[in-house]
Amino acid sequence: MAENETVWEVFIQSKNGLAHKHVGNVHAADKVMALENARELYTRRNEGSCIWVVKASEIVSSETEDSEAFFDPSNDKMYRHPTFYNMPEGSKHI
Amino acid sequence: MLEESFQEQIDAERKIEPKDWMPDDYRKHLIRQMSQHAHSEVIGMQPEGNWITRAPSLRAKMILLAKVQDEAGHGLYLYSATETLGISREELVQQLHEEKAKYSSIFNYPTLSWADMGAIGWLVDGAAIVNQVSLQRTSYGPYSRAMVKICKEESFHQRQGYEIMAEMAKGTAEQKEMAQDALNRFWWPSIMMFGPQDSDSPRTGNAMKWKIKRQTNDELRQSFIDKTVGQAEVIGLTIPDPDLKWNEDRGHYDFGEMNWEEFWSVVNGNGPCNKQRLAHHKKAHDDGEWVRNAAKEYARKQELLLN
Repeated sequence: MAENETVWEVFIQSKNGLAHKHVGNVHAADKVMALENARELYTRRNEGSCIWVVKASEIVSSETEDSEAFFDPSNDKMYRHPTFYNMPEGSKHI
Repeated sequence: MLEESFQEQIDAERKIEPKDWMPDDYRKHLIRQMSQHAHSEVIGMQPEGNWITRAPSLRAKMILLAKVQDEAGHGLYLYSATETLGISREELVQQLHEEKAKYSSIFNYPTLSWADMGAIGWLVDGAAIVNQVSLQRTSYGPYSRAMVKICKEESFHQRQGYEIMAEMAKGTAEQKEMAQDALNRFWWPSIMMFGPQDSDSPRTGNAMKWKIKRQTNDELRQSFIDKTVGQAEVIGLTIPDPDLKWNEDRGHYDFGEMNWEEFWSVVNGNGPCNKQRLAHHKKAHDDGEWVRNAAKEYARKQELLLN
């Protein structure tokens, strides 16, 4: 069987000023081909103003099964949310 | 234990993601269904590709090219989603070539006239849309997201087909006859695209329990027929089913018996174009091998130059 192609994850900025968003992936031998394949596959209807491609093997992900422990440190810091604070009666614009 | 919490997730309408635990049979069912879906998109380019060079106008040719390119794109979205289940694209293509994986039987029928482009867009894409809209709610996250993307692009496909049929139906007597002939040939295979009747569909139980499928074959088929009858009337064509009749009590159209013998014969490789479709795919794949190798070699040399 043929050797597997490199997988590239694709991120598209739909218009100037917005963040790039993950849309899927493409197979390609190199970065130029990855960009061109991503353009053909994900922006046939003017969906983008900029494309990022990243080798899937270079992405580091947290583990779903560890997510509870991993995100635990933020659970007990309610004072990071504005609703934690008592505002004096009658105060406005705050 | 794991299986129980898996089912709880499903029942709570939470999507299953690639790294989540899932029963082996859930994974197998998805690989089978999703790869069949991907192969259908890709093989589906052939009957339409047949008419690109003979499209009756530049407008029609550009539209058909764009549609066929979309089908390639849909195949790729689905291969990507299937790969998240731990099977490589190379293996998926190999399974197709070894006839271990199937694709939709509808593409084993020939496209004999330009009107067939109309019938395929209107009926085959129409049936696919009914199925895919329902699958947007499937329990497997990557499959569901691929369906959302595909559905957005698919409605142009159905409209272009219906437009062709409408134009031909109001054309010369000969053109109208071609349109009616295309409808006659594609109607029954289209409604059989939804698969066997629920009473003969052994896998439906698990697929519904795991919410891979959200509606049964019969429910989807009925919904397609109910939508399509009126569309045929509007353009003055006749659906080739003498038993087709509105049933006031059910609030649905009743329809005639499907020819399941023919269906299974085509599924099992004896349709008019099974051999041609597969041989063409293999040839395109083999003929492209030097291109893939050259691209890889070029990438390797660029890498060496940088380091």
